[in-house]
Amino acid sequence: MSVIEAVPVVRKTALNAVHRQMGAKMVDFNGWDMPVEYPAAIGCGIVNEHMAVRNGVGIFDVSHMGDIRLSGPGALAAVQHISMNDASRLAIGQAQYSALLYPEGTFVDDVIVHRLGEDDYLLVINAGTREKDFNWVHDNTRQFECKVEHLSDDFTQIAIQGPKAVDVLQKLTDADLSAVKFYWVTRGSLCGLKDILLGRTGYTAEDGFEIYIPADEATSARVWYAILEAGKEFGIVPCGLGARNTLRLEGKLPLYGHEISDSINVWEAGLDRFCKIEKPNFIGRAALEKAKAAGLKKTLVGLEMVDRGIARDGYKVLDADGREIGYVTSGSPAPFLKKNIALAYVPPSHAAVGTKLKVEVRAQGVQAQVVPTPFYKRPKKA
Amino acid sequence: MAYPTDRKYTKEHEWITADGTIGITNHAQDSLGDIVFVELPKVGAEIAAGKTFGTVESVKAVSDLYAPVSGIVAAVNDALATSPEQVNKDAHAAWMIKIKVKDPAELNGLLSSTDYDKFVSEEAPH
Repeated sequence: MSVIEAVPVVRKTALNAVHRQMGAKMVDFNGWDMPVEYPAAIGCGIVNEHMAVRNGVGIFDVSHMGDIRLSGPGALAAVQHISMNDASRLAIGQAQYSALLYPEGTFVDDVIVHRLGEDDYLLVINAGTREKDFNWVHDNTRQFECKVEHLSDDFTQIAIQGPKAVDVLQKLTDADLSAVKFYWVTRGSLCGLKDILLGRTGYTAEDGFEIYIPADEATSARVWYAILEAGKEFGIVPCGLGARNTLRLEGKLPLYGHEISDSINVWEAGLDRFCKIEKPNFIGRAALEKAKAAGLKKTLVGLEMVDRGIARDGYKVLDADGREIGYVTSGSPAPFLKKNIALAYVPPSHAAVGTKLKVEVRAQGVQAQVVPTPFYKRPKKA
Repeated sequence: MAYPTDRKYTKEHEWITADGTIGITNHAQDSLGDIVFVELPKVGAEIAAGKTFGTVESVKAVSDLYAPVSGIVAAVNDALATSPEQVNKDAHAAWMIKIKVKDPAELNGLLSSTDYDKFVSEEAPH
């Protein structure tokens, strides 16, 4: 008997050759060959890339993210059924953070729901959960009069992030970006392309845009380099997944498989404000109502290391007496805050700000403390 | 890049001079990226060839440091505790520990600069 094993296929975005040409260090991220950081020789590296986004502007290839479109007379009802936020509140051109839930109230994935037209919604989903998400959405919207399309391979998605992102992108489009509020989208020209979707969204806890252009290599490379050229005067740098992770961690933005998963529910993850439990039925609602009544067993907190030591994903969290009480979901040095920070699940009894805990680093309990989150909040514009 | 000929190298990317000074290579610092934390043994500690003697952490990863040869720690570069980025700036100058080498013959089993250079270029991603 022979066992046939699936050969793992490494997926590449249309900008793969560009990243390699720029000397990026490439890593396997959920089956995708993606840049983790660009070389120090061109002013990059995770810390420099992170700081560029906080202080100026950086660009990211996020084409590995997936896209699902729901359209037709039943599209809103379908989106309402499969997602926890209230899509009926969206005006055309508006977007919201939301999540697809299992009946248990745990996460299929987190998503950004964009309302592009009267009965036209675009869900932007995670790379590692593309097929799972599409199948979930497809199977759970059969009863609605709407078309479900998997558009993930149709777009090259580029994120331009940082306080100067708007200035860079404005040089390349005829759309009035000053009129686009955070979590709204518009359409405009871009580098000679017409009617391009420009969303004021991101995953860096900074102002910025995510743009969706045709996925062919030539167009993708042309736009990538045009953005870099337009951003030169603002010190733009290309940024990899390393900086993307440290930026989102400072902003306490959840990452699937870390802060949220199929075994963590909405209340535990602290995403209450994106879950409209009062809206008519949606998948996961009944379980969440029960879970709320039962009370939390664990809750997500922010930790700051007090002693020398860096908490990493999966490390154990101990109470002051050294008893294991929880685990780190994401931990890293925070380049902008210049502290070692982490997100962790602990019992509610140990979640109050100021609680002294320990993180087990190489068999040693290293002092840490519960701190307010998000660790970083972008300054309000004057 | 040309690796200094005044020292020997390991396949785990450490270097050691004849007098027992140990650090990590330029290739190692480049693969790690921004180094933010270096954990080293105390003076007097015994380290054993091929076994870990410390840890170096970059923003994204944790890596063990392996002893090229056995010996007793005679000095520790304390400056790396407060400015670990020195390793990124000049890995071949930013030493980590000095040891009293137990058996100098162990050094003969390590890679020359030419061999290490060859090893690294073969290991490099395509």
